[in-house]
Amino acid sequence: MYNNNQYTKTSQYWRAVRTIIWKDLSIEMRKKTLVSALLIFSVMVTLVFTFALDLDKSTKDNIAVGVLWVTFVFSSTLGLNQTFANEKSQNSLEGMLLSPIDYTAIFVGKFISTYIFVIIVEIIVVPMFYILYGIPLFSPLFLLIVLLGSFGYTLVGTLLASIATRTRAREIMLPILLLPVAMPIIIASVQCSNAILSGAHWGQFSNAFNLVIVYDIIFLGVAIMTFDYLIQE
Amino acid sequence: MCMINVKSVSKSFGMKQVLKNITLNIAPGEFTTLIGPNGSGKTTLLRIIATLLRPNSGQVTIAGLDLNTSSHAVRQLLGVVSHHTLLYDNLTAYENLLFYARLYSIKDYANRISMVLDKVDLTESKDILVRTFSHGMQQRLSIARAILHNPRVILFDEPHTGLDQNNSVRLDQILQSTSTSGNTVLMITHDIKHALALSDKIAVLHKGEVVYQGSTAQLSFDEFAHKYHEIINV
Amino acid sequence: MPKPNPRLQLMTVSSLILIILSVYMVLIYAPREIIMGDVQRIFYYHVSSGWIAALAFLVTLITSIIFLATQNKSYDRVAMSSAEIGVIFTTMNIVSGSIWARPVWNTWWTWDPRLTTATIMWLLYIAYLFLHAGLEGHDRRRHITAVYGIVAFISVPLTFMAIRIWRTIHPVIIGSADPDAEGQFDMTARMTTTLLFTASTFTVLYFTILWHRVRIQSLFEYMSKLQYQMYND
Repeated sequence: MYNNNQYTKTSQYWRAVRTIIWKDLSIEMRKKTLVSALLIFSVMVTLVFTFALDLDKSTKDNIAVGVLWVTFVFSSTLGLNQTFANEKSQNSLEGMLLSPIDYTAIFVGKFISTYIFVIIVEIIVVPMFYILYGIPLFSPLFLLIVLLGSFGYTLVGTLLASIATRTRAREIMLPILLLPVAMPIIIASVQCSNAILSGAHWGQFSNAFNLVIVYDIIFLGVAIMTFDYLIQE
Repeated sequence: MCMINVKSVSKSFGMKQVLKNITLNIAPGEFTTLIGPNGSGKTTLLRIIATLLRPNSGQVTIAGLDLNTSSHAVRQLLGVVSHHTLLYDNLTAYENLLFYARLYSIKDYANRISMVLDKVDLTESKDILVRTFSHGMQQRLSIARAILHNPRVILFDEPHTGLDQNNSVRLDQILQSTSTSGNTVLMITHDIKHALALSDKIAVLHKGEVVYQGSTAQLSFDEFAHKYHEIINV
Repeated sequence: MPKPNPRLQLMTVSSLILIILSVYMVLIYAPREIIMGDVQRIFYYHVSSGWIAALAFLVTLITSIIFLATQNKSYDRVAMSSAEIGVIFTTMNIVSGSIWARPVWNTWWTWDPRLTTATIMWLLYIAYLFLHAGLEGHDRRRHITAVYGIVAFISVPLTFMAIRIWRTIHPVIIGSADPDAEGQFDMTARMTTTLLFTASTFTVLYFTILWHRVRIQSLFEYMSKLQYQMYND
């Protein structure tokens, strides 16, 4: 046989995933345009909110978490628009479709690399909020909800970005498709973050916390099951 | 036995029927050119053979493997050079090949990569970003990418488009050497001269149907050009 | 060439008669509610249109799944048509609720869980129709919209749960009553009969419109085919 591999299916799958992540990170390391653009955008969104709402001390405390999540949502959407757009220039998505890999590996790879970019942006934006709004953002539970919330948002975003790139007005289509679907996780994450930062005990936010996890799991399943239908021509 | 076996394949996009009941057999080691005017359905047929599109009806097998049921095994046997290079502008030539080597699970990838780079004469430029490559270099790297996993079947989609004389001659040499090393090659083009010079067999596709099939051995350029224009002008 | 369908004509006429009867039921047969007065009568149409919206989106979900499983185009036509009708009935549901809320809650709008969920559901299916339009002529349009139809439906109950974390003031007429709800009332036998009658009327109306819409879609596709043949043969 010409088939020159003796690897198992699972290791082949994860090698494909790792390769796609490696490729996306190498390109970003070289270009540095995506992460830096997202960061600048995040800072600007924050400033616009600060001035538009003309925050005094008490409103600042009430609204900081909301502003933080809006900033995440906006900058992630911007980043998600780029994930599949990058594959368009030399049609390299087709190169992946031609190779003997499971198509969901493309989804998982693209999702993880986008998630890494989103986390990098969050690592810088969260301390910025600590400085600007002076609220205790460094609680482990709060950081966990930031990670879990953006996991779900990026996950659904990657799935819908693969759809949006196929439409005529793809830049504008992604937020239209994504925001209503992502509403539950945005609401639950904001509720949860607010409760955690105001020192509420577990019983007061366990529902919201569980909902974030349920959302992540359900849409991970949906994405894996449906991606094959979306990516093929 | 046939290497590529296309059996009564039809494909429509919406209302438009692009391929009408196509049947085509290509023997192992044969260099076949599919020629036809724009809109004749040749790219669609190539994309179906490349597992990128699914036909509405009919069956395609490659080395006896059905495209629907064993697509992974088929993709391992196929190398595709398309209109686009399928390369990443911001990776070096070596990194691009490494990316594909991993996707194809090639074990001795370091050797394979240096071998194909040598073949397309790009060894010296292997650490240069692809976006700085000329069109001809990108095209050659694209061929290196397609033959990296040592495919038994290579599909070329109009490889001569946009190349200057010099690069075109170089491409012909590479094409010749891929076919003499025992691979089955299917090339699509609308250029009669290249079709006759390179291939063993030629097939003409017109309005989604195979209207002519034959060997190129006894075919002279003028004779065929006359015949071809007669066919497509009907 | 599809012929006029006598069964569809029968359904159209029955819907018309049923609607006239339901107007009689709602305005004359049903008793006047003591506290809220005549404005309460909008409740019958409000609940019925809400029921049809839910039914329509459920039909979109089921036919989308069947389409992906069978690749039979007629299911895709039903899915898209049903989503369109669902959007119309959601609009009716929201508008009628708003008209009722003005005198009873003393406001046109409040961010109550049901209202918010209805609005987000409305946006989800508008996005679905946007996507359908944005993929005009795309070979994989049916598959892509079917996946979005599934994703959209899953996110509706999650949205409801997310917003339930806030307290509700929406009255619960059917099922367990919340003592804090404003505009609560007990249904008399005549009211129940009227509600069941309007809900059934709307159900018949829904299937009539759906049938018409699917038929128009098939005729449209048939016409495009003829048009194509005319220009290409």
